[in-house]
Amino acid sequence: MEDMLLYDRLQFAFTITFHYLFPQLTMGLSLLIVFFKFRFLRTKEDKFNQAARFWMKIFALNFAMGVVTGIPMEFQFGTNWAKFSELTGGIIGQTLAMEGMFSFFLESSFLGLFLFGEKLLGHKLHFLTGLLVFLGSWASGFLIIATHSWMQHPVGFEILANGKYVLTNFGALFSNVWLWPSYLHNQAASLVTASFVMAAVGAFYLLSKKQEEFGQLFVRTGVIFGLAASLLAAFPTGDMTAKNVVKYQPETFAAMEGIFETEKGGSEIILVGQPNMLEKKLDNKIAVPNVLSFLTYQKWDREIKGLNEFSPENHPTNVPGLYYAYHIMVGLGTIFIGLLSLAAVQLFRRKLYTTNILLWGLLFMLPFPYIANTTGWYTAELGRQPWLVHGLLRTAEGISPTVSSGNTLFTLLGFVGLYLLLGLLFLLLAGKIIYKGPQTAIK
Amino acid sequence: MELFWYIVLMTMLAVYVILDGYDFGAGIIHLFFAKEEKDKVLITKSIGPFWDANEVWLIAAGGVLFFAFPTLYASAFSGFYLPLIMILWLLIFRATGLELRGQLHNSLWENIWDKAFGLASLLLALFFGVALGNVVRGVNLGMVENGVSTQEAHYFFLPLWNSTLDPQSHQLGIIDWFTLLFGLISVLALTIHGAAWIIFKTNSSLNSRLKTVIFYANLGLVGLILLSLLLGFILNPLPFQNFCSRPLVWIFTAVMLTGSLGLFKIRSWKKDGMGFLFSSLFLAGGFAATVASIFPNLLPSTNTVNPSLTIYNVAAPEYGLKTGLSWFVVAVVLVALYLVIQYRVFRGKMDDVDYHGEH
Ligand code: HDD
Ligand code: HEM
Ligand code: HEM
Repeated sequence: MEDMLLYDRLQFAFTITFHYLFPQLTMGLSLLIVFFKFRFLRTKEDKFNQAARFWMKIFALNFAMGVVTGIPMEFQFGTNWAKFSELTGGIIGQTLAMEGMFSFFLESSFLGLFLFGEKLLGHKLHFLTGLLVFLGSWASGFLIIATHSWMQHPVGFEILANGKYVLTNFGALFSNVWLWPSYLHNQAASLVTASFVMAAVGAFYLLSKKQEEFGQLFVRTGVIFGLAASLLAAFPTGDMTAKNVVKYQPETFAAMEGIFETEKGGSEIILVGQPNMLEKKLDNKIAVPNVLSFLTYQKWDREIKGLNEFSPENHPTNVPGLYYAYHIMVGLGTIFIGLLSLAAVQLFRRKLYTTNILLWGLLFMLPFPYIANTTGWYTAELGRQPWLVHGLLRTAEGISPTVSSGNTLFTLLGFVGLYLLLGLLFLLLAGKIIYKGPQTAIK
Repeated sequence: MELFWYIVLMTMLAVYVILDGYDFGAGIIHLFFAKEEKDKVLITKSIGPFWDANEVWLIAAGGVLFFAFPTLYASAFSGFYLPLIMILWLLIFRATGLELRGQLHNSLWENIWDKAFGLASLLLALFFGVALGNVVRGVNLGMVENGVSTQEAHYFFLPLWNSTLDPQSHQLGIIDWFTLLFGLISVLALTIHGAAWIIFKTNSSLNSRLKTVIFYANLGLVGLILLSLLLGFILNPLPFQNFCSRPLVWIFTAVMLTGSLGLFKIRSWKKDGMGFLFSSLFLAGGFAATVASIFPNLLPSTNTVNPSLTIYNVAAPEYGLKTGLSWFVVAVVLVALYLVIQYRVFRGKMDDVDYHGEH
């Protein structure tokens, strides 16, 4: 039983983490491609169209990876979390079915037109197909986060005597207080990823002195969009999500922030420290007094409950993991804002394209938005533990009763092998497209 | 409401079989008959802009199953755990085979992805047929041993096979000779369907040969179906009792027969689309007749302790099903619109369409 739960969780965590590496770029990049296509329609400058074509190639590859890794996600609710699906399917099945009907059809029908149809359609219609792909991917993010928000903060339902959850208010799924902050935060974060990828590719061209016209365009676009998105990710959206956590999952918030004891007269914000779960305290800490209380409640002396006040069976199951995940996300977010602000200043002074140190910075930042996004999701998911549906259904109660651990381990290993292969191929091919550059894309 | 969602679900699955079916078929033809580079490229072009949207019918049907019949979703997906995960892996290979092949120009690379695409398509056709066979045969719900359920009444788990491959054995497996027969039927039917699609959408040099392939495959198909009817009758008379008493099943069977007969005349049809039309009729009619013959069962029980899963004992409560209706109607109209646009833009032969995602 223990093993069954462990492998089910590992498999879900592994496959979703891998899946999400791709949609975050899809959602952000589709916006940027539509932007290029739009600029092309307005200015009729061919370089924008070439830029759009170039990014469409990466987009197509990335999208294919997102699709093949997304399908296993949809099936895994039934294969590995059968009890959870049986009990809550009438509710989370709604939003998942809507995702299939509203967004996947939209995306996949128009993606074909977008990729194959430039000549057939003409530029205006081609722009429109791009716009529809963008809408589809954002709708997809919305509906999946609606599903996820219900698990974090269940609304609009009743529990029957046989333990089943039934929907009583459809609209509540979409007016869920958890949903909108999460969604906007997540979308800002995915635009951060796309912007950094674009800026890094641009920086690569400038530093290696090839395709310089495009290098400049990509760096410029990446920095401007990236700065806007990073700021939005921190404020107001990050702030709003954090406030939801403190209000509805106070024990999670305490663990995220590393607060073990309630402090009289206001809580400090932890900058550095390691959770010590044996003595239930934080080792080696560096902290600034009262700031956390202010950030959370805009009052310097407001009390925040420490983790030790909650009963242990409701503590998040992996407090150190949660704490680090959260601090990595927020730390990286701060670094992004810092770096992009410097870059924006240099851009404004027309010196960015020759400030090599900043270009190197942008280039090496490439993996970090992915890390920030992943750790962000780990914050959300580890914070929800030990619950599958927060406060109501424990994770251990949700697994498939008849699938033995040997079978799950087998499929987990299969996914690991297959995805490592996919990951390598993706890097190889994306690397090739980038190395060739936009200029050779002209037909 | 249950009945409505049952019809929706089965229609979506039938559409999936017809649409993604031609992709699988094209893969099988690609594997066995396409030897020259230009034919291979043409075959992949003929499905290039479509396969992804076609696959969405499976995902969306999965979503509808999840929300309208959660208990069946939970029971079947965990019970058929291994083959489902393998289907997922095969779908991954199929997609990567199609999408990655054109990315590098190297004969070894192209070869590998051709094989991945072809083999995955073949195995997918086989697995989906086997799956249908399992539904017709039924499973040991509640995992009853010596008259006692060892699990909740609607849960079960099947290994891939048992050592005897006997569909009446005490310990069932997913693959036995009865379900394997369904698998073979599915492979042949989809080969025909894919060949008909290629004839319809391309001017490939293979086309006249493919007509011969269709003719003989159709002959084999009819033989296998007769065999399966005979064996099915011996094993499990239930669908056959229903067959006699249900006019709807007769109609579906008639549709299937029309398709089948039409395909025998493949060499004399003037329009290239006719073959595809008839193979679609055959698939839709065959699928509908099969599921209608076990209605209202969705998954029959092979023991007498636990009842079969029917559309009534696995459905979600009324409120959810009703609200689902309101968004579903909107969505279906949109999906139909996308389909029309997609097939209008890419109407006719696909030989000259070019694809910016490649090179
Ligand atoms: C580039 C990525 C990125 C960046 C820079 C940030 N976040 Fe974030 N964060 C995410 C990417 C992300 C995410 C991956 O998108 C999550 C996971 C779930 C979600 O909706 O967004 C998330 C979740 C998430 C949660 C958890 C919500 C829950 O438990 O459900 C909180 C409290 C914050 N964020 C707060 C912040 C704050 C205060 C930031 C200030 C800098 C911040 N995030 C920057
Ligand atoms: C893309 C971002 C996501 C990431 C990186 C992510 C990550 C994770 C991780 C790490 C776990 C394992 C937690 C643990 O067992 O300790 C998990 C579990 C789970 N997540 Fe998510 N998740 C994401 C999105 C979602 C969404 C959108 C849903 C719902 C629709 C969801 C539903 C689940 C479920 C059902 C489990 C299994 C039960 C559990 O262990 O809590 N996840 N996820
Ligand atoms: C457990 C949760 C998840 C499930 C069941 C799931 C399911 C899927 C499926 C089936 C696809 C393929 C669609 C197609 O064929 O066109 C897909 C792709 C996609 N998913 Fe997920 N997904 C999950 C998590 C997420 C999350 C957390 C996000 C974003 C917030 C997301 C956003 C997308 C997007 C934008 C696509 C389009 C393809 C791509 O971007 O690569 N998904 N997902």
